Amino acid sequence: MSEWLGHAIASPALLLMAAGLVLAVTPRLVHAIWLLAVPVLALALLWALPTGLHGQVSLFGFDLTTLRVDGLSRIWATIFIIGSFLTGLYALHVDDRVQHVASLVYAGAAVGAVLAGDLVTLFIFWEATAISSVFLIWARRTVRAHIVGLRYLVIQVISGLLLMVGTIIHYHQTGSIAFDHLGLNVAGGWLIFLAFGIKAAFPLLHNWVQDAYPESTPTGTVVLSIYTTKLAIYSLARGYAGTELLITIGAVMTLFPIFYAVIENDLRRVLAYSLNNQLGFMVVGIGIGTPLALNGAAAHAFAHILYKGLLFMSMGAVLYRVGTVKASELGGLYKSMPFTTVFCIVGSMSISAFPLFSGFVTKSMILAAAADSHHWIAWCVLLVASAGVLDHSGIKVPFFSFFAHDAGYRVKEAPLNMLAAMAITAALCIGIGVYPAPLYAILPFDVPYSPYTTAHVVNQLQLLLFAALAFVVLFRSGLYPPEVRGLNIDSDWIYRRALPFTVSAVRWALMRARDAAIGVLTIGLGGARRRIEASFGARGVMARTWTTGVMLLWVTALLAAYLWLYY
Amino acid sequence: MIAHFVSQFPILVVVVPLLTMPLVVLAHRAFAAWALYLACTWAVFAMACALFARVATHGPIDYAVGGWAPPFGIELVIDSFNAVVLLLVAGMAAINSIYARASLAREIEPERLYLVYALMLACLAGLIGITVTGDAFNLFVFLEISSLSSYALIAMGPKRRALLSSFQYLIMGTVGGTFLLIGVGLAYMMTGTLNMADLATRLPAVFDTRTCQAALAFIVVGLSLKAALFPAHIWLPNAYTYAPSSVTAFIAATSTKVAVYALIRFVFTVFGASYAFEQLPLNQVLLGLSAIAMIAASLAAIFQTDVKRLLAWSSVAQMGYIVTGFALASTAGLSASLVHIVNHGLIKGALFMAVGAMAWRTRTTSINDLAGLGRTMPFTSAAFVVGGLSLIGVPATAGFISKWALLSAILAAGHYLIAALVLIASLLAVIYVGKVVEALYFRPRDAEASNHDAGEAPLAMQIATWALIALNVAIGLHASPELTATGRAAHALIGGGA
Repeated sequence: MSEWLGHAIASPALLLMAAGLVLAVTPRLVHAIWLLAVPVLALALLWALPTGLHGQVSLFGFDLTTLRVDGLSRIWATIFIIGSFLTGLYALHVDDRVQHVASLVYAGAAVGAVLAGDLVTLFIFWEATAISSVFLIWARRTVRAHIVGLRYLVIQVISGLLLMVGTIIHYHQTGSIAFDHLGLNVAGGWLIFLAFGIKAAFPLLHNWVQDAYPESTPTGTVVLSIYTTKLAIYSLARGYAGTELLITIGAVMTLFPIFYAVIENDLRRVLAYSLNNQLGFMVVGIGIGTPLALNGAAAHAFAHILYKGLLFMSMGAVLYRVGTVKASELGGLYKSMPFTTVFCIVGSMSISAFPLFSGFVTKSMILAAAADSHHWIAWCVLLVASAGVLDHSGIKVPFFSFFAHDAGYRVKEAPLNMLAAMAITAALCIGIGVYPAPLYAILPFDVPYSPYTTAHVVNQLQLLLFAALAFVVLFRSGLYPPEVRGLNIDSDWIYRRALPFTVSAVRWALMRARDAAIGVLTIGLGGARRRIEASFGARGVMARTWTTGVMLLWVTALLAAYLWLYY
Repeated sequence: MIAHFVSQFPILVVVVPLLTMPLVVLAHRAFAAWALYLACTWAVFAMACALFARVATHGPIDYAVGGWAPPFGIELVIDSFNAVVLLLVAGMAAINSIYARASLAREIEPERLYLVYALMLACLAGLIGITVTGDAFNLFVFLEISSLSSYALIAMGPKRRALLSSFQYLIMGTVGGTFLLIGVGLAYMMTGTLNMADLATRLPAVFDTRTCQAALAFIVVGLSLKAALFPAHIWLPNAYTYAPSSVTAFIAATSTKVAVYALIRFVFTVFGASYAFEQLPLNQVLLGLSAIAMIAASLAAIFQTDVKRLLAWSSVAQMGYIVTGFALASTAGLSASLVHIVNHGLIKGALFMAVGAMAWRTRTTSINDLAGLGRTMPFTSAAFVVGGLSLIGVPATAGFISKWALLSAILAAGHYLIAALVLIASLLAVIYVGKVVEALYFRPRDAEASNHDAGEAPLAMQIATWALIALNVAIGLHASPELTATGRAAHALIGGGA
């Protein structure tokens, strides 16, 4: 038992989780201090741990290594803990114990998972992230949130079960549970890959992100956006670095969400799609697998958590004050929420990788790595995707919410704690962009890289200019989807009716495709559900109370079957 | 002197509750009856602990009742396998005795309370008797003792539907008991002995006769009924739903588990695994039935609107896990089976106790009426959440240890389809547990329901519930003692049967 105690004191993960559970019973006054102090303590604890393997405990016959501190795990644990501090600050005003408890436990579980030195520990924390995070969705307290939450939970648990079965098979075949490079060819490799892929929102396994994240509370979505998917990215980087298949998967991931992000009206869902697209960059980096590419994936995850968090925070603030984040209903909010507007723009410029913003110094590493290793197709796709990012996250989100036509909302600026959280995050985004050396210093591999070469900067600026131009043209022409109904088509353009028709047809087709995909879970399951309920519901043949005679008939049949089998 | 006393424990664990029963009836007053019940169950639990420790260090104990040497007299045998089951039954009774007083006082009129305690003791004596006996006919007798008392206990439930439930259980239980008796009778006809060890040595000579095959069929079906194994499970949801809360908590945690133990005992010790599984296709049948049970009963659980009924259906599904384990006929599978017998007892005991505590306050177990209890009953609701996580099999709970052990055994045996079904069943568990948790925490209280006096359940009920929850977590964190004990037990049984 003493080994447990020693481990518990040393682990930042268990510190966060325990602190979260304590929050369930402490008086409300303590919450504020707790939410801010615990992450600081956890970060200190993490950096006090020397590089190496710690926290060896034994659990049902396995010798587990619960704390592995090396370059790869440390940078992830660091950004997760920073994220928990920022979300804690952002959610300080929330008077809902459930959310605070869930946030801290979720953060702790995610930190525990990236520090896991073996597959069993990874699985344990993997499950903990699933269970704790669903409370953030349910905390919205709507019927829809309840259903979406259950769906989310089931998918997360499927991922956990795949990981568990993969681990058991891996262990039976190799006798090892170490979580090092796995690859697809080891026993159970594909199952574990699939488990990671679900959480990393691989194409066709991605729906849960867009389904669930926008249904959470204003603060809950920010928390959700940080951990689960990036934990999966870490796991892929640890177990499947250099797997060629990942380049293809990642490239597809960067492309297809763009279309959906452009036509989506709910701005938090737009961000959820763009989350997917950003994950694609990291997945490509992992697929390339060179030290520079892995550094790029790690750095991009670090920067991504900050700017994506910042964008979700600004939309959370809008949702909190206005009550909606539908692009068609918003507009002109810069008058009421000037600070939030500025922070949102900082987030947009970061995600669009403007020079001097964080996205630029990290994304360019992945592009450079793709070029260095001559993955030209991937390189081109990433370039196209970068332009797409600017359109949906870089311009669409701030433009439709804070500018565009004035929807007439006159609301208060976001609460002070929200502004403070956004200010710190925005400062970090700019800080990393202007002075990336500290971030580069904690990257897992020691590869010299300098982002501000003339070629990089010019290249990126050209790209951004053309992408911006595309947006302007589309918007002026009334072809930019969410506002199609809200704009008058200028007489000059009427003769080009065919084009709007094509656009709306494509849009319709895309929407249908998405609905069909989600339908597997909702509409499809709805029909299946009715059929199952007919047999298994309270009045169904399975579950209703049978008459005694029918019961006896079954028993007799069972006996007859046995006797027949034995004869 | 003390050593002599200790050597009488195998019979005392049965006789003490049987003899306390008339005392409880004589005591008549509710408090006195409960005090006797409490003292008796804890005494039995203490003896069970002593027996468990002794078996672990000294090996199996054979006890000849009345000094009549087996195989002529009745023999009690406690080996490493049934010592675990004995510990579970006695432990659940002891913890339940703390819980029962407040819970029963709310649901049953005071002048009948002493009868409930007396019947609970009869049931306990019967279950322990089944567990410790080494005699096939004696097992039938104890099965009837426990069954008859359960019928009466269920009939005492607060709703009128309890009577129908009890009646149906009585019919099915009696059929099951009769089948068992017929099976034992057939075996006796062929061998002239009722002692299990003796049967095991004499039966192989007559394995090829149809009488012997019919004996196994009758015994398996009879015990399947008592164990609520699909498709003979249908009495269980009603019985669990309408029985008094504390009775449900005790019976759900022990009764079906003991029946499965008896089934394992007959298959592995009396007939031998090689006969039942290799010469006859019992394992395929059991694997198939339990696979259906896991999925079908989990689906049924999802659509229930009453928490007790939901948990009851989940029990049917969980029996599928247990049976799957031993139907693999491997040491790992048998060990997983025993692990889940214990863990599922702890899980369902805790969950039914938590639900009973909610019912104590709200006087209902409909899921809709439990909405918002997370705020007014934080401790009980939290207990339900932890118990629910254990039922799903989340790491750091006992349920996870079961799931891990079972999946390892299934995958080692190469039954990938069954493994997939177990995983699907545990996903379904996520849904039905999630449904209750969501109601407790994220749905506002009904205006009507808030007329109930808000507040927690009595302290004793909470202590008992949390004791079981703590055991769940303790096993989840530190499973090696449990796994050592079950592994040893499975090894002994497979070694003895083969």
